[in-house]
Amino acid sequence: MKMTGAQIVWEALLQEGVNVVFGMPGGANLPIYDALARYPQIHHVLVRHEQGGAHMADGYARVSGDVGVCMATSGPAATNLVTGLATAMMDSVPLVAITGQVPTNLLGNDAFQETDVTGVTQPVTKHNYLVTDVRELPQVMKEAFYIAREGRPGPVLIDICKDVQNDSTDFIYPEEVILPGYKPWYGVEEEDVKRAAQLIDRAQKPLILAGHGVQMGQALEELRRLIEKAEIPVTTTLLGLGDIPETHPLALGMCGMHGEAHTNLAIQACDVLIAVGMRFDDRVTGKLSEFAPKAKIIHLEMDPAEVGKNVRPDVALIGDCKQSLQALADSVQPARHLSWLAEIRSWRDDGQERDILGLEVDELIPPFVMRQLWHSTGGQTIVVTDVGQHQMWEAQYFVHERPRQLLTSGGLGTMGFALPAAIGAQFAAPHDRVWAVAGDGGFQMTLQELAVVVQEKLPIKIAIINNGFLGMVRQWQQLFYEKRYTGTPMLSPDFVKLAEAYGIAGRRVTHKADVADAFAAANAHEGPFLIDFRVKEELNVYPMVAPGAGVGELIRRPKIVQGPSGVNPAW
Amino acid sequence: MYSEIQQNGTHKHTVVAWLEDKPGVLNRVVGLFRRRGFNIESLTVGHSETPGISRLTFVVDGDDRMVDQAVKQLYKLVNVTKVENITDRPAIIREMALIRVRVDTATRAEVMQIVDIYRARIVDVSMDAVVVQAVGATDQVESLLDLLANYPVLEMVRTGAVAMTRGHVGRNGKSSRKRKAAL
Repeated sequence: MKMTGAQIVWEALLQEGVNVVFGMPGGANLPIYDALARYPQIHHVLVRHEQGGAHMADGYARVSGDVGVCMATSGPAATNLVTGLATAMMDSVPLVAITGQVPTNLLGNDAFQETDVTGVTQPVTKHNYLVTDVRELPQVMKEAFYIAREGRPGPVLIDICKDVQNDSTDFIYPEEVILPGYKPWYGVEEEDVKRAAQLIDRAQKPLILAGHGVQMGQALEELRRLIEKAEIPVTTTLLGLGDIPETHPLALGMCGMHGEAHTNLAIQACDVLIAVGMRFDDRVTGKLSEFAPKAKIIHLEMDPAEVGKNVRPDVALIGDCKQSLQALADSVQPARHLSWLAEIRSWRDDGQERDILGLEVDELIPPFVMRQLWHSTGGQTIVVTDVGQHQMWEAQYFVHERPRQLLTSGGLGTMGFALPAAIGAQFAAPHDRVWAVAGDGGFQMTLQELAVVVQEKLPIKIAIINNGFLGMVRQWQQLFYEKRYTGTPMLSPDFVKLAEAYGIAGRRVTHKADVADAFAAANAHEGPFLIDFRVKEELNVYPMVAPGAGVGELIRRPKIVQGPSGVNPAW
Repeated sequence: MYSEIQQNGTHKHTVVAWLEDKPGVLNRVVGLFRRRGFNIESLTVGHSETPGISRLTFVVDGDDRMVDQAVKQLYKLVNVTKVENITDRPAIIREMALIRVRVDTATRAEVMQIVDIYRARIVDVSMDAVVVQAVGATDQVESLLDLLANYPVLEMVRTGAVAMTRGHVGRNGKSSRKRKAAL
């Protein structure tokens, strides 16, 4: 059947099972938007800024596990996508971005709203296409979704010239893709599995370091089977939170720069480290030469380029971690590691004596807010965090029990991620509760998307952890720049009034005693709700591994000593 | 024992890659080298025996880790169909140079003699200069250049190395297991 390029875009999206697209029309993608009228099956969400659209598609993809789709016109709209694409690239999120481009006869001419979008987005996409002939479009659409999904997922951008959108061709959606240069490896090598299992069987102090790949590869059951059979404790990366319920007796929590001390001490003490679906980011390893000094390393990873990039493993299982974990769980001998677990427990107990929540203070502190968020929802909520101190406190004080429950920009550290990603998450899980948690700094980067929350009637709840600073930067200034707070104190609008202007209910909380009540009110409220938590201004996230230091050299929380005033002077 | 990857021990590696002949593919390759900080010594690209597939040879100066990364990252480019590090394999590695050398009646014969010894050729002659065409392994070309530098060299251009392994190892018919092993 003859169809225009614009129709082909929507037909292909239907074939790929897409039912929601986040975008904004403009000069160079008008034909696509004109054709949208014929496709009521697809819901279009009008974003307020294209970066928001990319984050929404990202949030949708992280929760649904399928490809998120965003759209933008040429030039400035397409460049606005860049931050969102880079965020998705770093966290391996499957995304397809479709941009309009100036007509083919104007390409390279510095035409109005022309940008070399494939050039600009090359380093921040898994692959991209410039479509200059409508006959290529069906194949390109098919390939884009395939590449975004298969292997290690990532964002793919399709830039379509305006005349291509208007041109017609016979539309046949290809059944399969032929990509001689893209063949993800899913297999398991028996020999490697045997060697890995031998290392694990001989280990006295085995440890698993689980990452995002476990959730993307849907390997939770396999992970659990392995650790329960061989009694191996598990620490996770930030994006690995949810790989295993944090209430599981073998779950240690997040490791790395702001991981609890026992997780990093376990890494430094373990004799076999099994890294699963993670890439040894510097926020996880600290100083590489001091990382896991006693350990044989087994690396389970989908992307061969991540194997040996930062840490050279003794055994590498390249492929799908679901299959690799399955094979390992079958191969290892049942074991018990009581003394190792007791050693970790002693570190953990010591950490608990330093827990800031043990302080009997009346001040409103973010760790308390995060724990209350968990209590108030019974843990039954998706949490989308922004970037900075609150993000780390959430990771520490919310108890993550299921996969795809925490959404956060781990690799790129994109401030402004929370609100738009929460919108995407809500579309992927319309019946789940979604909490966006952001600092006062990050929230102001994308707060224009509040209008989308209202226009789309989304019941998203928003917690702003408002400390009047770019908090994490201020923390670094305090610790490493002699407290010179340049550029970090920040004025914010009255967020409750701002919410009101958008027609969103809101409340300000300044006292610890009011936190539970505010959360209860927000959770009970049918529509969206914003809480502005005016928290203690200068509070640091601990423990902390200073940048460039080994993960064993932690800045610990001080042990709690209740002074006469009830306040620990160290805090 | 965890081993941090050695930063020293750099040497030259020759890598061959096959690319789909599509717009912008070379840009993807070069962009990758730039953003990952790979130190490329030479890079040549041209047709291969398969229509639609270009063949790229590059020489990279670095440690094993860096070259390993270059190969693996190249593999991730969708338009790159195959990559081979042939550094440790028997291979024919050749490059061509055109060298314009200043000569006079006294030195012309000397130059011609040197050119002969190196099995190079003189492809252009004028009153005060000759153009030497040299084809050979990189060290041969460099050794010739060293000698000619005495005359002096007015202009020089080198293609960079192209390479092919010895024997009859076809580039087709390799199993994905082998491809993985090559990674």
